[in-house]
Amino acid sequence: MGRWDLEIVELSKTFGAVTAVDRVSFAMSEPQMIGVIGRSGAGKSTLLRMINRLTPASGGRIVVEGRNVLELRGREMREWQRLCAMIFQQFNLVPRLDVVTNVMLGRLNGHGAFKSLFAMFDRGQIEDALAALDRLGIADRALQRAETLSGGQQQRVAIARALMQRPKMILADEPIASLDPLSAEVVMKALREIRDRDGIPVICNLHTLDTARAYCDRVIGMRDGRVVFDGPSSELTPTAARDIYGAEAALDESVTSTSIGKAEAPAWGSPVVAGA
Amino acid sequence: MIARVLRDEIVRAEQQRRLYSALVVVLTLAVLIGGLRQASAMNSGSFFAGLSKFFDYPGEIVIEAWQAGPAFFGLLWRFLPALVETLNIALVATLLGGAAAVGLSFLSSRNLDVWPPLIPVVRRTMDVMRAFPELILALFLIFVLGTSPIPAMIAVAFHTAGALGKLFSEVNENIDRKPIDGLRACGASWMQRLRFAVWPQVAPNYVSYFMLRLEINVRASAILGFVGAGGIGSELRRTIGWGQGAGDETAALFVLLFLSIVVIDQMSSATRNRLVRGPALA
Repeated sequence: MGRWDLEIVELSKTFGAVTAVDRVSFAMSEPQMIGVIGRSGAGKSTLLRMINRLTPASGGRIVVEGRNVLELRGREMREWQRLCAMIFQQFNLVPRLDVVTNVMLGRLNGHGAFKSLFAMFDRGQIEDALAALDRLGIADRALQRAETLSGGQQQRVAIARALMQRPKMILADEPIASLDPLSAEVVMKALREIRDRDGIPVICNLHTLDTARAYCDRVIGMRDGRVVFDGPSSELTPTAARDIYGAEAALDESVTSTSIGKAEAPAWGSPVVAGA
Repeated sequence: MIARVLRDEIVRAEQQRRLYSALVVVLTLAVLIGGLRQASAMNSGSFFAGLSKFFDYPGEIVIEAWQAGPAFFGLLWRFLPALVETLNIALVATLLGGAAAVGLSFLSSRNLDVWPPLIPVVRRTMDVMRAFPELILALFLIFVLGTSPIPAMIAVAFHTAGALGKLFSEVNENIDRKPIDGLRACGASWMQRLRFAVWPQVAPNYVSYFMLRLEINVRASAILGFVGAGGIGSELRRTIGWGQGAGDETAALFVLLFLSIVVIDQMSSATRNRLVRGPALA
């Protein structure tokens, strides 16, 4: 934990003739909560997956503490993956394993082959996993199979697994896109709390503006693989939003809203919708 | 108008379908009858004559077993060691073959991040392992290693590795990849991903296939007794070879085989239920 610098330089990804991420550059020198927004296919997921090394990059650099993490191989690469924990839209837990084991899997990096083969975990690891679950308010589910939990609960288990990794950064790829508004709020608050209490930076893909405004210090807007906006979320004006989402989205934010209890949000059924 | 055109088309399609069905039935019958006639001709006419005596021998066995009375249970007890030997061959062979099959299946599944050129190599290897019938392999090994249960065990294990490996790899290719991605993002190694993201998903199906294979291998091991591998097969060859007089012994051996298959089947469904619905796997 503590302060560390992340610098992304001209990071690109091409799939055949298609450029999914086009020379993306940004830097972070203090633990911020960054929201990456943009339409589907704007390259947000690919960007996060490249940072975690789940998807190989086609070009560019990711520099952390003076090292280009794109050049790490084998054990060093997996150590990096442990340091930048990833949270997925579909939670990506192991459905048939119980919740506490799922959380302990966050410590697999560096866990011995023999201990892994026989699924042996230390008392300390069990205690850490329970503490992480308790922090997210789901310790009572520890012995249930992950598949029996609701989506919001599974995402909290996934966050507990991420904490178990003792990460230096958390990457969240559309963490609330499959959740109902109430669960979405719980999950976003948990991520924000991790940033505020532990000082762990969070980079979070979102596709709704209001969520980015409500929870993030900084917003990066992507369109067709390029960064078209990078600034404090307070500067995210309707004009900037139009740049990100395209001109045809004469943006009525209620259309993309996932938050609840906002008095100023227009009621559903308003005739002013996208494309009007 | 459109409805009428459609109706004519549907009726025509229906008639065509019926014609094809009729053709398939006629063809099947022709193959059956032709094959039987051919078999009969090659037996110089004794096939159909032998067919009328088809039930004579089994009838004899049942009658002799009935006449044995309570002594029949004594026979069951007497042949129990032979059954244990056969079950032993089958169990060890299935365990060894099954373990090899797990390794082979992981290396031949396209969705498990294996080095791609390796996959066809492993698949063809399994094809070869499956192509050898246990009987031929056992005959060869008995010739080399002498008559004992060991060659039979190796033969059955070899075939099992190929057969189960293919089934296991099909199970592997049907799994959900999301848990694998989840663990990869944590920095888990390939082995750890197999152990924690793949294994819990595939284990219940592995168990069913394993138990089915165990059942098949009990029969295979029994047959291998005919070529000198010991166990219940050797006893069967003796009693069947003697013909009349040993019917009660033959019946006892069949009953033992039948019972062991039933027991394995029951164990199989019990284990699988526990894995799918029981407490969480680790």
